[in-house]
Amino acid sequence: MEILMAFVKAFAVGGLICVIGQILIDVFKLTPAHTLCSLVVAGALLSAFNIYPILVDFAGAGATTPISSFGNSLLTGACEGARENGFWGLFSGLYKSASSGIAAAVVFAFAAAVFFRPKG
Amino acid sequence: MAKKPQIAPHYAQIVKDNEPKRPLAANCLKAFAVGGGLCVLSQALREIFLFRGMSANEATAVYLVILIGLTALVTGLGFYDKWAQWAGAGLGVPITGFANSMTSAAMEHRSEGFVLGVGCNAFKLAGAVIVFGSVSAFFFALIKWMLGVL
Repeated sequence: MEILMAFVKAFAVGGLICVIGQILIDVFKLTPAHTLCSLVVAGALLSAFNIYPILVDFAGAGATTPISSFGNSLLTGACEGARENGFWGLFSGLYKSASSGIAAAVVFAFAAAVFFRPKG
Repeated sequence: MAKKPQIAPHYAQIVKDNEPKRPLAANCLKAFAVGGGLCVLSQALREIFLFRGMSANEATAVYLVILIGLTALVTGLGFYDKWAQWAGAGLGVPITGFANSMTSAAMEHRSEGFVLGVGCNAFKLAGAVIVFGSVSAFFFALIKWMLGVL
């Protein structure tokens, strides 16, 4: 039962974040790039006020799958770095928890460019 | 300063009138269903990794890598862009949209060579997200550090 609720929460929160994105595109006429940047900055801002981690606790993958979690993990990393190493830790920590996503995107994008040709 | 041409406001009105109406409700419903569905898939992967004894952070990192890999594959086969056209933000906002933008930029510019094409263009769209995410997170963290509220 608990696991079923986890799926429902993930669906609702993840879906709602996507709806916010769709509204930014359709109602506020933002380009997709502006929409994604807004969501990432919003994620970092919510994380700065310790709201995003609460959302992650509540919705699990519903909060960590949308791109806003990228802002959250960047801020979390920078704060952790600063806690350990002061000012310079802001730099060394920034990509600490976001690194696996960036690394995977670079490696797999390159692999796709090697093995596939664009269609149409 | 040049005088603003008279035609401009009139023309803008014509453009506005003839713009195809965006079906907002349908678009939002699609984004909700597809984006939510993708998050349920992620949640399933997360539950599996948590069950196998990973910490929440490890599990998140691993399933994000899996999603990104799958996206690169599906983009390479030419499906992702077709689906994304239908689902809109439902496939654009999740991390898979980020992976898709890098993969399709890398593939599209492959013909210009690996260094000048793939290397220089892979971050064409994803770069904006990384730049704005990094700069905003840096300054928010800097402010928190200066206020001593880390």
